[in-house]
Amino acid sequence: MTTALADPTSPVPETAPVARSGHRRTWVARLRAAVLGLLGLVGVAGLWEGYKAVGPEEGVLVGENRVLPRTTDLAMPHVWDMVQRLFEPVTSLGDAEPLWRVVLDASVVSLGIATVGWLVGTSVGLLLAVLMQRVRIAEWGLLPWIVLSQTVPLIAFAPVVRSWGSRIEIAGWEWPSWLSVAVIASYLAFFPVAVGALKGLQSPDRIHTELLRTYAASATDTLRKVRIPAAVPYLLPALRLGAASAVIGTVVAEVSTGYLDGVGRLLVSYAGQASGDPAKAWAPIFGAIGLGLVAAGFVALLGALMRNYRRGEAV
Amino acid sequence: MQDAVRIEGVSKTFVTRSGQVHALADVSLTVGEGEFVSLIGPSGCGKSTLMRLVADLEQPTAGTVEVFGKTARKARVDQDYGIAFQQAGLLPWRTVAANIALPLEIHGVGRRERRSRVAELAEMVGLSDFADHHPDQLSGGMQQRVAIARALAERPRLLLMDEPFGALDEMTRERMQSELARITAETGAAVVFVTHSIPEAVFLSDRVVVMSPRPGRITSVITTGIGRDTARDEALRESPAFFEKVTEVRAALHGAPVRSPALEGR
Repeated sequence: MTTALADPTSPVPETAPVARSGHRRTWVARLRAAVLGLLGLVGVAGLWEGYKAVGPEEGVLVGENRVLPRTTDLAMPHVWDMVQRLFEPVTSLGDAEPLWRVVLDASVVSLGIATVGWLVGTSVGLLLAVLMQRVRIAEWGLLPWIVLSQTVPLIAFAPVVRSWGSRIEIAGWEWPSWLSVAVIASYLAFFPVAVGALKGLQSPDRIHTELLRTYAASATDTLRKVRIPAAVPYLLPALRLGAASAVIGTVVAEVSTGYLDGVGRLLVSYAGQASGDPAKAWAPIFGAIGLGLVAAGFVALLGALMRNYRRGEAV
Repeated sequence: MQDAVRIEGVSKTFVTRSGQVHALADVSLTVGEGEFVSLIGPSGCGKSTLMRLVADLEQPTAGTVEVFGKTARKARVDQDYGIAFQQAGLLPWRTVAANIALPLEIHGVGRRERRSRVAELAEMVGLSDFADHHPDQLSGGMQQRVAIARALAERPRLLLMDEPFGALDEMTRERMQSELARITAETGAAVVFVTHSIPEAVFLSDRVVVMSPRPGRITSVITTGIGRDTARDEALRESPAFFEKVTEVRAALHGAPVRSPALEGR
């Protein structure tokens, strides 16, 4: 067998060095992103303290409306007070745990619920997307309802879900109240996944679907080998949105169903104590922000694992 | 010997919003076993449509298309042909090896057999060293070679190619033509090759089918007389017989003889 002619236009000689310097560049980019992220945090704290220092005590009013908040310690505690408060006991009782510990425990509970909600929502979203891609009529019939579903306010149906849940009992197994919260979180999380995944599944080039047709490939094979891999670049932002929605859904659902162990209840009850302990109210807010960061970080990790499917995407 | 492709009295009409388009009108063509046939003609003459009918990617409005004595649909399901398009159409997330293996994977070929067949094909198209590269790391010519290897994966006796070198620069293109000639000689497959380059059609083919548009039909068929055993190399490109056929095809395309072959060069 004759060997092929050498290809002088082959990009190989350049490939390796390009790849290596590209590697270095991603490290520099990562470091810069981390530094910029920290600077952003410092910037927010600086803005807060800056306004607090120079702003009028009564806040800024335009006519009757206060457009900027009061700068009293009650309305805007110092950043360091908020941080310091985290390390003090929750209550003045002798054996009380430090505040950060209570917030962390509650946040972990909420994270667990949000994860279940996200997983359920993602699964439902993916199934709906596959169904809509396979059956055109399903897309016409379902998509408007999926969009409409997101216009129902969460607090309107959260109590309904809870009361339904409390009536469910299967062979001695009782519907736990956290599951109601997870269901509501999944209700928010499924939407971006369904819409994003549908767009992704419909994204393959005609040349790829035709190629699979010439292979007489089944719809399932086309889905596995072409449509799902091609959907990854669309799916990752959808999963990120879904994760954020699951966290928000969890916190709001905890409040509106009266669930006691999560960070949602702390938000409400500490806000009630704010007149006497203003810095304390900020602790669960930090907890909720932490939840969001963990969720976003997890999806980013997922994206890194699937980077082979994101070739051609601008990095 | 059984014919690879037999097209009889085929018409194809597309219904579009602005009315009917007659892509093909009463086309008949036979491609013998192991024969290399090029379809050439201006844009809109239906040459790609004709190839797509053979591939069962479109259905004829009238007439019959047979591939190895079967219906086009049966031939597609039986994997009797391999296909390559103008765009390489590689899956960007798969390596070169995994792209070549795609049809084998879909048809349940075992892992070990798959690996040896992929190695064989990668060597045939000269990409053994690039098996683990991804398509975005390859030049256009290399991508197209992967696509050809993929088309050959199941040892088809018929290759369908729709302007596979259309997006390549002239130098790469000529090199790819030589390689394709070598590969088809090695595999003995029949080829239906769509192109709009006259020298390319003459260089590669046993017969050049000239088509004209509105409606698409065959106006003439030119036998190049360049045997399968003739080396497709630079010497052939320089030979008077080659120029003569190029001129003949050009005349058939334009419907009038051209002034002087000597001025035509290439």
